[in-house]
Amino acid sequence: MSGSNTGPVVGERKLGGYLLSALAWFVGFLFFFPVFWMVLSGFKTEADANGPPKLFFEPTTEQFAEVTNDTTGLLSAGEAFSNSFWAVAISTVLVMLLAIPAAYALSIKPVDKWRDVLFFFISTKFLPIVAAILPLWIIARELNLLNTRLILIILYTAMNLPLAVWMLRSFFSEVPRELIEAAQIDGTNLRGQITSVILPIVAPGLAATALLCVIFAWNEFFLAVQLNPIEGSTVPIWVTGNVSTRGNFLAKLSAASTLATLPVIIAGWLAQKRMIRGLAMGAIK
Amino acid sequence: MAEVKFDAASRIYPGTEEPAVNKLNLDIGDGELLVLVGPSGSGKSTALRMLAGLEFVNDGSIFINDKDVTLAPPQDRDIAMVFQNYALYPQMTVASNMAFALKQQGVSKEDRMARVKEAAKILDLEPFLDRKPKNLSGGQRQRVAMGRAIVREPQVFLMDEPLSNLDAKLRVQTRTELADLQARLGVTTVYVTHDQVEAMTMGHRVAVLNFGVLQQVDAPRTLYSAPANKFVAGFIGSPAMNLLAASDVGGRAGIGGVQVPLSDAVAAAAGAHPARELTVGVRPEHLQLGSEGIPGEAIVVEELGSESFVHVRIDHLGESTTIVVRDEGETDVRRGDNVSVGFNGPVHLFGPDDQRISG
Repeated sequence: MSGSNTGPVVGERKLGGYLLSALAWFVGFLFFFPVFWMVLSGFKTEADANGPPKLFFEPTTEQFAEVTNDTTGLLSAGEAFSNSFWAVAISTVLVMLLAIPAAYALSIKPVDKWRDVLFFFISTKFLPIVAAILPLWIIARELNLLNTRLILIILYTAMNLPLAVWMLRSFFSEVPRELIEAAQIDGTNLRGQITSVILPIVAPGLAATALLCVIFAWNEFFLAVQLNPIEGSTVPIWVTGNVSTRGNFLAKLSAASTLATLPVIIAGWLAQKRMIRGLAMGAIK
Repeated sequence: MAEVKFDAASRIYPGTEEPAVNKLNLDIGDGELLVLVGPSGSGKSTALRMLAGLEFVNDGSIFINDKDVTLAPPQDRDIAMVFQNYALYPQMTVASNMAFALKQQGVSKEDRMARVKEAAKILDLEPFLDRKPKNLSGGQRQRVAMGRAIVREPQVFLMDEPLSNLDAKLRVQTRTELADLQARLGVTTVYVTHDQVEAMTMGHRVAVLNFGVLQQVDAPRTLYSAPANKFVAGFIGSPAMNLLAASDVGGRAGIGGVQVPLSDAVAAAAGAHPARELTVGVRPEHLQLGSEGIPGEAIVVEELGSESFVHVRIDHLGESTTIVVRDEGETDVRRGDNVSVGFNGPVHLFGPDDQRISG
């Protein structure tokens, strides 16, 4: 009885598995296709890009050459990338330096009222940024920070800090208590416990958190466009600079967008390697 | 080398009223292996963690070598600890795990490696020095945890149930090795376990705790032959001592309708209490099956090869009660047999306050 039953059940399961895989591939393709099309269009001539959709064409790097070419009076690609790079890198480093001690104080040796503190951090994200832009703009103007990289570094740090604290706190909570106690008994001070025991164990978490901070800061558009429209402009502003009212320049825009996504993809790839290495390290037992 | 002293040390966890460790007084001699034993929740691990500096001491003091360490952080106590789950640093190799504490002390790299190699030799860990903990078996990890403790050459070893994650066979083998290693190194050791066999076989002295209160601290033999109270009597020994409320047989304590044999001194001391308020304790190995004694029926026969344990249902205080009797191996007794239980060893009496009455 049971023998005749198991056959079809296994078969059904297999079929269900195939259907689910097919669905997953389909959804994945749906998500990926616009990106794929954008990259493809970046290698087309304007005529090809604006005509009927073509999968096969003669590729050209002409659009990439054009968007990276300096034109007087316009934001150059080099400038935009360097502004973005410094704003993202410095703000991410600052976020990590501030979030690691905060996360420690909220998980491993929780301070009094740590729940309230944690809530305070996340509550700073409740206010829509558009509602805060006017005071931010006035403060920036009074401090002579408009059109500087510094204002973006400060704001990106503030913007990503709550998220980083929350993420790191949950990673820190996973560190087995005995490991920290063992390190204490082995004679480490607080700094030693953090640097030689806790951080190596939460390395995948650090990588994931830093990656998210990089992505959010790199893609940030609203603050950049409001506070830094002229100097200190970042890559997202440079990309929109290629939107023209004088006609469709789809290929050029695609090339610019492709260039803008590259650094994030590289950062993601680097972080992923780190995350997998961390996960493979194994747990306590 | 060090002596350890708990002086009325108490630990009350925040939010609780009952102390987890209640006014613990304990003197541990230089080079001694003292075992803290008790059921779960007895406070044995808490007491060890107080000594380690991982647990705050609410009241009383702790001394290592006459130095008050009650408020000293763990890193200032010169102790090494072996954790139940070993707590090896997963990102470090076996050698780095063992050398970590020495590195913190600023020992030079050559000295570190020399000492790690020496410890690895003692523990048969030499082939594994470059491996990560995840690539080791449970027994090997346990030895690395031991190695991490011994390279330190600390004043005191603290061991928190270090064998409980090993399988039964390895546990017995490691138990012997550990006791031997401790004797060779001569380092004062405090060892926590819930396993009374481990406690009896390893401890120079054993401290029995229950509900945070020290019940008795003595050599294993004394705990067995003269348990201070009913709790210790029931906790030490396997199978456990038979503990029964005494019946009154002609004004003296008895089981069923049979008087228990007592020395004159004990009988005289017990005479201060009515027989009905006393508790009789007798170990299975001090009872025998024969033709005379307490009549009963064998209901379970546990054959262990070298010996067997017969559970006998007897009539006691108007109810049927089961007592366990040790019999020789390959016993002829079968379930359902009518047997008589006689005495062939000491019988303990406990007063109304649960303390043992001694002559």
